[in-house]
Amino acid sequence: MTETAIEAPRSRGRGLLGFNLLTAIVLGVGGFFFGAWIGGKMAVGHDYLIGTDQNDVGIFMGFLFGTIGWLAGLGFFNYPLARLAGRPPLDWSSEDEMYVVPDATIRQHEGGIGRYFRLTTDHKVVGIQYFFGVGIFFFIGGLNAMLIRTELLTPHEKAWPAGQYISLVGLHGTMMIMMTSAFILGPFGNYFVPLMIGARRLAFPRIEALTFWLVPLAGLVLLSAIAWNGFPTGWTGYAPLQDQARAGMDAYIFAFILIAISLALVGLNLLTTILTMRAPGLTWARLPIFVWGVLATAFLMVLAAPVLVATMLMGMMDRAANTSYYLASGGGSPYLYENLFWFFGHPEVYILALPGFGIVLEILPVFSRKPLWGYRLAVAGMLGVAFLSFMVWQHHLFVSGINASLRPFYMLTTELISIPTGFIFLNAMGTLWRGRIRYTVPMLFALAFFFNFLIGGLSGIFLSDVPSDVTTHGSYFVMAHFHYTIMGGLVFAFFAATYYWLPKMTGVTLNERLGKIHFWLMFVFFNLTFFPLFAAGFLDMPRRVSTYAPHLQTLNDFVSASAYVLGFSMLIFIGNLIWSLVFVRQPAETNPWFSRSLEWQVASPPPVHNFDRIPVVMAGPYEYGVANAPPVADFGTGAVAVAGK
Amino acid sequence: MEIAGQQVSRHGVRIVAIWAVLTAIAVPLIVLVLGPHLPPGKMSAEASDQTSANTVLTAVVAPIILIVAVNIVYSLVVFRARGDAIEDGAPIHGHAPTVLAWVLLTSVIVLALAGWGSYTLVQSARGAGGGQGPSPADLPKGDRTALPIQVIGQQWAWTFRFPTYNAFESRQLELPVGRVIAFHVTSLDVTHSFWAYELGVKADAVPGVDNVAFVTPRKLGSFNIRCAELCGLWHGHMALHGHVVSASDFVTWVAEQKAANAQIIPDLGPYQRVYFPEPKHRAG
Repeated sequence: MTETAIEAPRSRGRGLLGFNLLTAIVLGVGGFFFGAWIGGKMAVGHDYLIGTDQNDVGIFMGFLFGTIGWLAGLGFFNYPLARLAGRPPLDWSSEDEMYVVPDATIRQHEGGIGRYFRLTTDHKVVGIQYFFGVGIFFFIGGLNAMLIRTELLTPHEKAWPAGQYISLVGLHGTMMIMMTSAFILGPFGNYFVPLMIGARRLAFPRIEALTFWLVPLAGLVLLSAIAWNGFPTGWTGYAPLQDQARAGMDAYIFAFILIAISLALVGLNLLTTILTMRAPGLTWARLPIFVWGVLATAFLMVLAAPVLVATMLMGMMDRAANTSYYLASGGGSPYLYENLFWFFGHPEVYILALPGFGIVLEILPVFSRKPLWGYRLAVAGMLGVAFLSFMVWQHHLFVSGINASLRPFYMLTTELISIPTGFIFLNAMGTLWRGRIRYTVPMLFALAFFFNFLIGGLSGIFLSDVPSDVTTHGSYFVMAHFHYTIMGGLVFAFFAATYYWLPKMTGVTLNERLGKIHFWLMFVFFNLTFFPLFAAGFLDMPRRVSTYAPHLQTLNDFVSASAYVLGFSMLIFIGNLIWSLVFVRQPAETNPWFSRSLEWQVASPPPVHNFDRIPVVMAGPYEYGVANAPPVADFGTGAVAVAGK
Repeated sequence: MEIAGQQVSRHGVRIVAIWAVLTAIAVPLIVLVLGPHLPPGKMSAEASDQTSANTVLTAVVAPIILIVAVNIVYSLVVFRARGDAIEDGAPIHGHAPTVLAWVLLTSVIVLALAGWGSYTLVQSARGAGGGQGPSPADLPKGDRTALPIQVIGQQWAWTFRFPTYNAFESRQLELPVGRVIAFHVTSLDVTHSFWAYELGVKADAVPGVDNVAFVTPRKLGSFNIRCAELCGLWHGHMALHGHVVSASDFVTWVAEQKAANAQIIPDLGPYQRVYFPEPKHRAG
């Protein structure tokens, strides 16, 4: 394993002009204009295209060269180029350096805030980069939601013109889906999987860095759509509307390609890490449940995300090279896009949900002071959901006119998913049963997850039943359903993980009172925002409209008002973050929650090498209250100094 | 488990009792009070089937929500930690009979729902008013004498074409009561979705596809038409009212429409199942 960890030699010239975010932006922007210029040359003969927002070749070339510039600016090509030039790989002088990628060590010791703005192969730095990077884009997506709700205060276009509204809808949906896909695996998967399995790094540290740095690039590419007045397709990007749209659509396509590459690589990396780098003694039956959740998600990412790349590449060809994959008039089919998109899209929603299952089941035993009830059932539940998620995608297309005789099959597979999902709820009920439940902030968020996901999941029963789906398809009912599962599920799990693990990641304790205010505001107003939208869907309000029936105005005004408070609760979280991390800086204890899990047995924040010696795992992480339970691991003399075995 | 077996059964009895009371209140309320108000109403045979599907599903889902919620809330109240000391709970790793019962119960519910859903779709609701593509699988009774009406979606309007009446076109939609209607939904540009809310009809309008949906109106009155698939800028404006009228009124309306549109009817292209507008500059 360690052979793959050979890392770039110390790069020279790390002054202002070193390889960092600044150079990445400069070279990225420069690359964009260079590529757009080349694209302009390629469009010669189609003079009407040059310099307009209909020259898709120019825009795609711009994004391509912009990506190359961005990665070059961060220094991703230094090492391959150095090796090509015949420089030897770094000489490992000490035994210790075999466990960490040497370059990361150096930067960690250089320290300072600068390392968060550079290419780094330290999984703990990448985790924090992910946390803030994805968090910023999540915040932008949230602001879009506030603007959408502002328009919906009135039944006719008032706050924004219709074109701007439809762009906001597309930007909100796409930004949220793109960013929340790695909402938990990015920050917490990268940071905690090595710590929880007793490893010192991920399997492919440089790929890990690449997966992160593609994310802000994808976010910026997507935001660049604003310069072309956005795109009118929502996050689903259905063809042929996709083909009709102007240049903002190119940004959507390219951003999704970047994100899909990133997701596939995240999955590959975590999958390899978990399969091959567990500490001695960490049998499958002792693996923390969060790691199981990551494993199931990683499978989905590796299998589903490449389909999205292919889908988007065909859309790119339709737009830039005048092919007709998705155009009926040229012999293609809009159904091809819908099938391919949802073949990715439905596993994608479980890419969003499964890490949340892992998080809440990880947190529940700690604050119930009980073993995880039905460990194997939980594993079976997550793997079962992952497996079934590839067989349900046509339930998005029940009324589309695709092969109607298959509808009972997809109805069955869709409803079957509620069986493994039900396992997770049984785990929760069993774990709370006769526990000693402590209401900490992470526990509150984890419990709210179950409440929200219960409603979100069971509302899905309506959508899976064809007669009922004919009413609810494409209405606000669907919108309320997936916000209950993604926001009520994933985002609540994200905050549970944040309050639970941020003290370990930063070494600083978060303010608990602000955390509780944040929780109660978010929980109450989340439900007040989205529950009425089930009714809006039942009362024939379609999704993504800026105009609706006037008699629904009271309902929508109520929802908008709740949404503003929901948005405000996020400001409390940001305030808490700044207050606790910047001003108070109360040091976190090593193990403030008295957890048995491996990551809590090292200092807060963990040392560069994670473990002085690779621990030998002796027991499962949830043996609370078990008489004569052995300590979770042997960190001392009994340990063997072999990485990743 | 043996140590506190008595205690456990006491908690279990309480939970089941609370759940039974709440369910006994909730389910009749859902069936009797909420049910009649659930969409899409009873304006057509298909709508009635959807309303009963929504009622049944709500009545099935409510006890499931209640058992999980009562169980969790009960645990949160009764098993909360008292005082600041960190004490461990009961070291239970699982309970095989409970797991087995839960898996069996959820499987039975899920399979029953899927079986019932398939039965209603294929046998009683006969396609349930959903778009079934060019060769429908689930035909309602009387489909051979169905009145075909073509629904053409375009940005951002609906046009209705009546092939059995000289293929005249109208921007309004009136339907005769009591007769099976076959909507042939298609599009000229991007994907739309024809949604006649009170009739319980929803069918995507896909360019190049003749998407058939059946409906049998049973009551006179007006219904809302919407677009249920994002189709660009004025997606929300593809809304109008249609009417279900008596058979004689329908004949009168058709005559009126033909008279009003007499001038343009000769200029309409021949009736086709799908239409292709001029392709853009494409190699094909």
